[in-house]
Amino acid sequence: MSWKHSFSTSIGKKLQMSFTGLFLILFLLVHCYVNAQIFWNDGGAKFNEAAHFMGNNFLIRTTEIGLFAFLILHIVQGLALWAKNRSRRSVRYQVTAGNKTSPWYRRSMGLLGTLILLFLIIHLSKFWIPNRYAQTFGSGELNLYTRMREEFSITWVVLFYLGGCIALAWHLVHGFYSSLQTLGLTTHKYKKMINGIGIGFSIIVPLVFALMPLAFYLNWII
Amino acid sequence: MILNSKIPAGQLQSKWEDYKSTCKLVNPANKRQIEVIVIGTGLAGASAAASLGEMGYKVKAFCFQDSPRRAHSIAAQGGINAAKNYQNDGDSTYRLFYDTIKGGDYRSRESNVYRLAAVSASIIDQCVAQGVPFAREYGGLLSNRSFGGTQVQRTFYAAGQTGQQLLIGAYQALERQIALGNVEMYARHEMLELVKVEGKARGIIARNLITGELERHFGHSVLLCSGGYGNVFYLSTNAMGSNVTAAWKAHKKGAFFGNPCFTQIHPTCIPVTGDHQSKLTLMSESLRNDGRIWVPKKQGDNRKASEILEEERDYYLERRYPAFGNLVPRDVASRAAKERCDAGYGVGTSKMAVYLDFASAIMRYGKVEAHKRGLAHGDDKAVYQLGKDVVKEKYGNLFEMYEKITGENPYEIPMRIYPAVHYTMGGLWVDYELMTTVPGLYALGEANFSDHGANRLGASALMQGLADGYFVIPYTLGNNLADDIRTKAMPTDHPAFAEAEKEVSDRLTRLMSIKGSESVESFHKRLGKIMWDKCGMARNAKGLQEAVTEIQALKKEFWSNVRIPGEISEFNPELDKAGRVADFIELGELMCLDALQRNESCGGHFREEYQTEDGEALRQDDQYMFVAAWEYKGDSRFEMHKEVLDYEVVHPSQRSYK
Amino acid sequence: MEHHTIGLTLKVWRQKNNKAKGQFETFNVKNISTEMSFLEMFDVLNEQLVAENKEPVAFDHDCREGICGACSMYINGRAHGPWHNTTTCQLHMREYKDGDTIVVEPWRANSFPVLKDLIVDRSSFDRIIQAGGYISVNTGNAVDANSLPIEKHRADESFAAAACIGCGACVAACPNASAMLFVSAKVSHLALLPQGDPERKIRSVNMIEQMDKEGFGSCTNIGACEAECPKGISLENIARLNREYLGAVFSGDSQNA
Repeated sequence: MSWKHSFSTSIGKKLQMSFTGLFLILFLLVHCYVNAQIFWNDGGAKFNEAAHFMGNNFLIRTTEIGLFAFLILHIVQGLALWAKNRSRRSVRYQVTAGNKTSPWYRRSMGLLGTLILLFLIIHLSKFWIPNRYAQTFGSGELNLYTRMREEFSITWVVLFYLGGCIALAWHLVHGFYSSLQTLGLTTHKYKKMINGIGIGFSIIVPLVFALMPLAFYLNWII
Repeated sequence: MILNSKIPAGQLQSKWEDYKSTCKLVNPANKRQIEVIVIGTGLAGASAAASLGEMGYKVKAFCFQDSPRRAHSIAAQGGINAAKNYQNDGDSTYRLFYDTIKGGDYRSRESNVYRLAAVSASIIDQCVAQGVPFAREYGGLLSNRSFGGTQVQRTFYAAGQTGQQLLIGAYQALERQIALGNVEMYARHEMLELVKVEGKARGIIARNLITGELERHFGHSVLLCSGGYGNVFYLSTNAMGSNVTAAWKAHKKGAFFGNPCFTQIHPTCIPVTGDHQSKLTLMSESLRNDGRIWVPKKQGDNRKASEILEEERDYYLERRYPAFGNLVPRDVASRAAKERCDAGYGVGTSKMAVYLDFASAIMRYGKVEAHKRGLAHGDDKAVYQLGKDVVKEKYGNLFEMYEKITGENPYEIPMRIYPAVHYTMGGLWVDYELMTTVPGLYALGEANFSDHGANRLGASALMQGLADGYFVIPYTLGNNLADDIRTKAMPTDHPAFAEAEKEVSDRLTRLMSIKGSESVESFHKRLGKIMWDKCGMARNAKGLQEAVTEIQALKKEFWSNVRIPGEISEFNPELDKAGRVADFIELGELMCLDALQRNESCGGHFREEYQTEDGEALRQDDQYMFVAAWEYKGDSRFEMHKEVLDYEVVHPSQRSYK
Repeated sequence: MEHHTIGLTLKVWRQKNNKAKGQFETFNVKNISTEMSFLEMFDVLNEQLVAENKEPVAFDHDCREGICGACSMYINGRAHGPWHNTTTCQLHMREYKDGDTIVVEPWRANSFPVLKDLIVDRSSFDRIIQAGGYISVNTGNAVDANSLPIEKHRADESFAAAACIGCGACVAACPNASAMLFVSAKVSHLALLPQGDPERKIRSVNMIEQMDKEGFGSCTNIGACEAECPKGISLENIARLNREYLGAVFSGDSQNA
């Protein structure tokens, strides 16, 4: 079976979602670690140092291209799967099971993903795009710490970020488990462990992210 | 007409080997030109269709269900017998043969039964190779259990779903042949007529149940694997769709019907709750390995089971049959239950039930487990829990099913059980080659009469279905088709097809045009009541004569007052059912006639006039050691032919399980 | 068991045939004993309809003991109704109270077209089995059954997967109308046994391709199938199918796969 074919059956497409999803999870971990540097409360010194490293390291910049490719693949494939799966039942049920047979977030990955996408567009346009623009065409890297403090003093931005984090958390609760189920790792022995780690990850990472705008907004850090 | 059973000459033990070595063969190129029709896709049908497809025949398989996997073989719970002697308990081909002959109360054909026992071991091999997940021991080898009517452990099983697993194995083999193009599958099709050309079976008329269209199908031979006719009683453990129609049409076209009155009443079924009851559910006979059957010693005792002390209980099977106890054959166990209930000792609200109690088995297993874990002096509660776990592993799915149906927990309250119609030993008469009296027409599995005599032993039906399909028909069909290789496939515009199709369409039109006022279901229920009351577990001449008259009247009423809504040329389940009930009515009459002529009690056929002093069945070997093969002579007219049974090896004796 | 009778309002999907447009029809049934099974309640309804000279509701059913897999009703939003590990035919009326309204629909999936009323065409499942859900062994080829010992727990696990009755509840319950639980049950049944080993790679790939061809949705690990499966087939089977697929397409040595 050709590579293309291997990835284009229904399991193949799941694998695409799984691989890209896991890569994005890894990215979240790195992103979270770097941004958590703000909590040193040192006026952004450690954070800016890390941000500078991330923005200038050749290896990381290269990976960034891959990251975007994966992100786009995850989004496009996810939406395509959602549309296709939805079309498999042209006549819908009058009464549906609702949460009796499955939790809502498992059935709402498309919706949660779309919310995260909206969040991403705003998020990137506030930080990543201006920074890279300035880096490439302008006067060099921006002070992202300062920029965060400015942005996160605006109420709607903070609320929007909190919303994004909540969507991310629910998306992760299912995404983490689902990606490993797709890889066939959720065997009897590991199922509980994977579920536990997944839920832990889905709570901790979005929580740390959510604390960032909150911390600025509530002046916990300056 | 003299019935020729074509039993090969020679020693019993070598008949089948000799036959296989000398029978005629069809060469591969010719097989590709030969078409075979298989009706029904249960164990017999699916295994036959798959095997014949593998051999290179062009097979067409038909089933009325939506998929071949739904055939009612799937519901068999307990297991399948095979003379493997894996347990080293003295089993052998001869012993399985002997037990089956004896269990059948000496009314089956020795040569067929010996062949059945001889191929039984190959069935297990074949099924394991197909991936049937039989129960295994910790050492990885196959596990066995014992079943009613035997003293060895020769039953292979897959929890309480053995039939399902075996059928799935055969179904998968069938689907493989469908994928390879060797078998063409016609699901949701019902055979409504047999087509004969120059006296030979050459095809069928089938109705596409979705569109209502009639179709003509040619076959060099036709195999009926359409199962039994227990639904003539309306309430039975059969599936709702199980019917006699294919076999009955064949009967009316010249195939003799063998021993129609031999029906098996299974002792352990969930009792009837009311008029709404549509079917009865079996609780596997394997439960009798561990469950003890009892009723209160006092008549009309209304106390709860738990309030009845040990010494107030009558373990009547253990009392009457100390050697076999709760493991007596089905006919014996059923009659004993009926006897107790009729005498007023029944339990439950209907009083037509006896208890099947697992309390002592739970404690016995619990003690073994406790001992294994070094808890020999554990308290009763812990022992009970351990024992319950063992029982759960063995019968969990059956207990769950019981609880779903009755709402009672059988771990705590003893099960209530009562006998119900389960299997029909009678069926189309076939010779040693499984051919009916119509050349080119075969009957396999429960649809034929051949191997179980007057009573089938537990775990033998699956064995017979698969033996016929996998290991017998591939040889015997070839032996006859070898003479048919010059016959070209006939075009279905042959007048014989047109005529048969017209018969079918006339009949359907007639049914639809009655436009009476009573539903098909109601007629079926009425037929069932007559049959159960007068041709059921116990029969007598007077009742049977009445039944014949009543059934004839019912038939008249049916054909003048049945109401079938809907159209003829569409999906019409009511019309399907009407055709089946019409055939059941005719069969019911024949069953009563057969029961009436058989002035003896044997196996499942118990005539009240013929019993020993202590109520056991009394055979009349000097007069009734024969198969009654009935020929259809026109409406309500049947002629009986006898195939005398020669017992060369076994010497029939009064069956004793005491 | 205590019992009494109840009356119910039924909203049932009616559709003349595959081409016709369907709609719900409302019926009232009375004197339903709580000891009846759900299908026996439908028998009562149908007898009532015949008496009124109307066409009875067509529904698939056969064994009525939960093993043939024919029955297939979507009851108040639940495949096979509210009871866990239970087929429609084993659901009993003691679940319901007097005056309840019950909405009954057919399985809905494009791969299961409605044939009439509550009857759907599930032949797509047969075609998936044809794609590889078997062990290629002709009659007469077998060696002695005990020549191949199989670890008890493996045999048990294989049996648990083989317990699938092919009813299609997994597809009906899945928001994506995916048949993954069905396919995975068969792949697991055979992959867990040494007899199934020679074909295991090609089997998983071919069955998946057929599943896709039949127009079933793809699995997004929602889990409604497991929750509604009347035979308790576990999601672990889907994980195993995924592993089988990975092993088949990425091991590099599968020529056919």
